[in-house]
Amino acid sequence: MKLYEFQAKNILKTYGVSVPRGKAISHGIDASKTFQEIGCARCVIKAQILAGGRGKSGGIQFAKTPEEARVCAMSMLGSHLVTRQTDQKGTEIKYVLIEEALSIKKELYIAIAIDRSLQTPMLIVSAEGGMEIEEVAKNTPGKIIKEPIDIFFGTHPFQSRRIASQLNISGALAMRLNNLISSLSSAFIKNDCSLLEINPLAITADDELCALDAKMDVDENALYRHPEFDQFIPCQDISPTEALARKYRLSYISLDGNIGCLVNGAGLAMATMDIIKLHGGEPANFLDVGGDASLEQVTQAFKIILSDQKVKAVLINIFGGIMKCDVIASGIIQAIKEVGIHIPLIVRLEGTNVETAKKILDNSGFKITSAKDMKEAARLIVSNVI
Amino acid sequence: MSILINKDTRVVCQGITGHAGSFHTERMIEYGTKLVAGVTPGKGGTMHQGIPVFDNVLDAVTKTGANASVIYVPAPFAADAIMEAAEAGIELAVCITEGIPTLDMVKVKKYLSNRKTRLIGPNCPGVITPGACKIGIMPGYIHKPGNVGVVSRSGTLTYEAVWQLTQRGLGQSTCLGIGGDPIGGTNFVDILRLFQADRETHAMVLIGEIGGSAEEEAAEVIKQEITKPVIGFIAGRTAPQGKRMGHAGAIITGGKGTAMSKISALKNAGITVVDSPADIGETVVRVIK
Repeated sequence: MKLYEFQAKNILKTYGVSVPRGKAISHGIDASKTFQEIGCARCVIKAQILAGGRGKSGGIQFAKTPEEARVCAMSMLGSHLVTRQTDQKGTEIKYVLIEEALSIKKELYIAIAIDRSLQTPMLIVSAEGGMEIEEVAKNTPGKIIKEPIDIFFGTHPFQSRRIASQLNISGALAMRLNNLISSLSSAFIKNDCSLLEINPLAITADDELCALDAKMDVDENALYRHPEFDQFIPCQDISPTEALARKYRLSYISLDGNIGCLVNGAGLAMATMDIIKLHGGEPANFLDVGGDASLEQVTQAFKIILSDQKVKAVLINIFGGIMKCDVIASGIIQAIKEVGIHIPLIVRLEGTNVETAKKILDNSGFKITSAKDMKEAARLIVSNVI
Repeated sequence: MSILINKDTRVVCQGITGHAGSFHTERMIEYGTKLVAGVTPGKGGTMHQGIPVFDNVLDAVTKTGANASVIYVPAPFAADAIMEAAEAGIELAVCITEGIPTLDMVKVKKYLSNRKTRLIGPNCPGVITPGACKIGIMPGYIHKPGNVGVVSRSGTLTYEAVWQLTQRGLGQSTCLGIGGDPIGGTNFVDILRLFQADRETHAMVLIGEIGGSAEEEAAEVIKQEITKPVIGFIAGRTAPQGKRMGHAGAIITGGKGTAMSKISALKNAGITVVDSPADIGETVVRVIK
């Protein structure tokens, strides 16, 4: 789960990380009051969306008066921000963060991410703050400093010293960097993060370190032990359909094509999208009903697909292992009975209880086409939408 | 021969009295697996489906000589269950559980680093040596004893590949899923080396997917060490950037972990990469002919 910048900053503050004075608002009218409360000569107004590239797309602006702040916040809130990381429709701005604008000497990059090859959290630092780390990694890999974080000890002071010396930082500033690194490392571990990124980390005019931006992704598998994050779930940037899927514990991602897919298992679901594309079609979604979905989950999954106006035909591809094919078949029939179906439906079933399942579909009286394998299923579904 | 498990493997099931543990214990026994013990804390001394249940793994190992474990323990307790198996001297721990927090797995890996236990998974379908031993949740009947080794990050897509092989008369030496999480016990590289050393394995099928760099690392090893034919498939060519595709580990981040990067790494290592998931079986037949 991705957190908004202001949510991440509020968490980091409790770990002793310094962030600019500021406040997030959701009503533009509150901006002038907030500007006055912060009490500085110049404020920065930052659109809160869960995607990067805001600066280049007008999502970060400056204001010198309460009135300017209000006008700017009003124009941002409720509008859609399109960045290179969003889709073409962009993301609705539901919050803006108003902060004091600081005078900055230098910008650094600092992050902690899971290194999958080395199987450990990895501290990543670069002197090129404000730049995208992927760009730095590609163009000047030598400028990236990495230190693994021991899951039991956290970071060691000698690791911070090593980083400071590579950044040519010494004295009080090196001490502050050491404190910051240890704060970030404990924030990462205690909050079960999968990513914690401060870009840029500012060295201010008076040699303080300040997190100008913050990106925090929390491991969804660990949410059960973090009830404090429950409050953030309703304000996630997800579509109503994705929210419904989440409610029924279905893994669903909306895509641009017109062939709806219902599959069991993530790998097979991806492979099904791939084979549709290979045969000249475009998948409308990724949907994994999981290893042992219930009748209700299958019914809901099918309804979610049918509720998508783009969908012109539906392909169901099931390889029953734990998942029994007859449960899938009953779920499909249940859903059709509830919402009806006016588009072609191709079903490919294999595995546990497949014969019972085929009988259920055949005896339903609905027009359902069976495919004997994945290739035939892909061919049939694509021929139905072209 | 085969890899990891055979007809003599003695299995303890951790979480045997739970819903999944119970259901699959029955299936495993049906298949002929020597399931010798179960563990559920608090239920020691009872019997479940004719199998003696113990309070902890150490008791089960001491009393029954179990040397492998299959874990169906719920995610919040699964990391502890893996470490318990390792501490009790289990040689092979197969963790089926999905949804274990990543940082729990970081701790588990560190714990296992100076122990002899090999972990398969988590979030995986398990391991099967057809006709001899099945540890996990895969449907037994789709497999057939033979000489193709199958290793995959997926569950149902592995069944799909295996079924295509079996329908074409090609049996398998051992098939396993290494799991769909960002951090897992055993990776492609370890398994490829085991298949290379196994006399009964004549060819290998490697099924990867987007996210991470395990396939690229496998490609390097294949180039250097593997002389048997390898047939590859990578799922997720059509997956969008930045979205988790069902598996916790199946995500393209910052342009890294794309299907194309993996496909080209495998091709550069001289591997036949199949474009369509429907052609895996056919391609294996063609390559090993």
